[in-house]
Amino acid sequence: MLKKKSHKVFKTESGERVFGIVAEFPNPAVLSHAAEKVRDGEYKKWDVYSPFPVHGMDEAMGLKRTGLPLLVAVAAFGMAGLGYLFQLYISDNVYPLTVQGKPNDAWEAFVPITFEFGVLGTAFSALFGMLVFNALPRFHHPLLKKERFLRASDDRFFICIEANDEKFDPANLRSMFQNAGATYIDLVAE
Amino acid sequence: MSAIHPDEIMAGRLTGSGMPPPEMRRDPVTIDGTIIDDPSVRAPLVTGGLSFHDVTNAVCGYAENKPGKWWLPVFGFTSSVAGLGTFMILYLIITGVGVWGLNNRVDWAWDITNFVFWIGIGHAGTLISAILCLLKQKWRTSINRAAEAMTIFAVVCAATYPGIHVGRAWMAWMMFPIPNANGIWPNFRSPLLWDLFAVSTYGTVSLLFWYMGMIPDFATLRDRAALDLIKNPNSKTVLPFVQIRVAAVRAVVYGLLSMGWRFSHRHWHRYEKAYMLLAGISTPLVLSVHSIVSTDFATSVLPGWHTTIFPPYFVAGAIFGGFAMVLMLMIPSRELFPYMKNLITARHLENMAKIITVTGSMVGFAYSMEFFIAWYSGNEYELFAFTNRAFGPYWWAYWTMIFCNVVSPQLFWFKFARKSALWIFVVSAFVTVGMWFERFVIIVTSLHRTFLPGAWGMFFPTAVDILTFVGTLGIFTTLFLLFLRFLPVFAMSEVKNVMPQANPHHPMYGHGHHSESGGTGPHSESGATQKGGH
Repeated sequence: MLKKKSHKVFKTESGERVFGIVAEFPNPAVLSHAAEKVRDGEYKKWDVYSPFPVHGMDEAMGLKRTGLPLLVAVAAFGMAGLGYLFQLYISDNVYPLTVQGKPNDAWEAFVPITFEFGVLGTAFSALFGMLVFNALPRFHHPLLKKERFLRASDDRFFICIEANDEKFDPANLRSMFQNAGATYIDLVAE
Repeated sequence: MSAIHPDEIMAGRLTGSGMPPPEMRRDPVTIDGTIIDDPSVRAPLVTGGLSFHDVTNAVCGYAENKPGKWWLPVFGFTSSVAGLGTFMILYLIITGVGVWGLNNRVDWAWDITNFVFWIGIGHAGTLISAILCLLKQKWRTSINRAAEAMTIFAVVCAATYPGIHVGRAWMAWMMFPIPNANGIWPNFRSPLLWDLFAVSTYGTVSLLFWYMGMIPDFATLRDRAALDLIKNPNSKTVLPFVQIRVAAVRAVVYGLLSMGWRFSHRHWHRYEKAYMLLAGISTPLVLSVHSIVSTDFATSVLPGWHTTIFPPYFVAGAIFGGFAMVLMLMIPSRELFPYMKNLITARHLENMAKIITVTGSMVGFAYSMEFFIAWYSGNEYELFAFTNRAFGPYWWAYWTMIFCNVVSPQLFWFKFARKSALWIFVVSAFVTVGMWFERFVIIVTSLHRTFLPGAWGMFFPTAVDILTFVGTLGIFTTLFLLFLRFLPVFAMSEVKNVMPQANPHHPMYGHGHHSESGGTGPHSESGATQKGGH
């Protein structure tokens, strides 16, 4: 039986369900320190938002390496293998064509197209794998409804801890962010 | 030359005091402060002390504002030329390839010359976005977007030719390995089929790479449009009587293109990995594409084509010609758009000029090796083909090529030329012409005098040949103008990432070594107010 985790439901002042608490930081240095503190506080459902990938943030957030390269490797070699078999099947079975007296199943001439198939597999799986792993496209998100947050795409840096984190406690987090040098802290409605 | 050190202006701007970017100081030695000989000083990649917000404003401004009075007339002209080219293609399809100057002897001329010319131009874009990325060349960040755009547009122009040069264009689909009613399949051992796969893969991968790079920038444009909708409730509508606001259209279109990107670091983490994977695979791809194009010629038995030097020689030539085209597009752009000179500095141009000289000399080496091998091989047909190239009826094409490709780039050994945008533009124009002639020389001179003197002939282009080529120039420039007008011309997130203030460990943020445990209290307080000193 599915059991819903019993964590408190938080409400904003206007009575809406809280998605999380967001804190704005003025620059990447302060942001990195703040992220380290959140990481050390062992929060699970949180994220950093920055207009560009900040150096060293993977460590500051304690992120694990993504499995994307594995997916891409499978797609690349899989596609290359399929491409090779496709050429072999057509040239040796479906439409055998003797050119320059070479055997119909000579592999050498199939190398360039096999390679191109592998490249296609890599490119498609890298882009679409990245999007799928990121749960994109997703055109609505509670954070995007917050006007101030839209500057994350420009020159502001944010940390958001979500309300479904077990250790979520707005009062605590507010003081933690304040100590970490946040210039703006607010709850985000769902 | 306060290259990376935080000066007063920088500190002031970073705290958001909102000063406009200072006037650019120009001096004869460092031009805009970026031509620095001292290798221990790192030249700034973005000049004028721009803040992140300034970069966003400048780059988004190109897509949000009208581009200036020059744009519409120029666009009108180039799109008319593109239309003329399209009309020529239509005329060709209706009438047949007889409207071109091809004959029984030279049965492959301007069509394939222009194809190789355009596909070669694209290579610089991939070199900048992939190879320079793997080599961690940070200066690539402000030119990669436009160069990638150029790649796509060049591939569009190139792909036109194989489609129309088959004669019966409505049969062009038979090039693809698709089962058809006659049960005929293409020959997978033919370089022409490899070429089809290489070029279509190249076009597809370049498009994916370009699009992925633009996702965060589309999101920035979307957010700015959304803010504009909130802040200016009476902003412009699409048409006076259509009550849809321009910002709303922008928010929806850029919003869809951005895939809902929200700048999450967990997303960035995978994004950077995907970007590296694409750069990693594009590097062998770009080297393979022109190698495969060269096998179209090299696997034949024709003297002048049948040489093993072709793949590396074609790749070097492609990068050479492509960089020249990048410069021909970027130099006028940075004159015409505000703040572009802060992002594409004199240093960027100088670096590209150096690449032109390196690749130009590689091409020159290949030309001389071809001659040497023609003599050293002792093959009289080979030697005749090359002597005929330099001293036969097409001598003028050969020497134009030598002058443009080998001699003119040597100007960049001199510093005055590398420092001057005008000289770089002039040499780039020469190189572009030279690279077109290189393909013409290889293709036409090898074909026009083959083994049997009785079959010798000449090739002369017709007006349709010329206007079709001019038409592709129009298509190319039209697409580039649209790119300048509507898309993010710079990779904002990448440019911001190479600015000094993006580095969280930069001295301007004080407390050099941050301690993980002791980060509370006064330490972070000082970080928050962002003092310049330590």
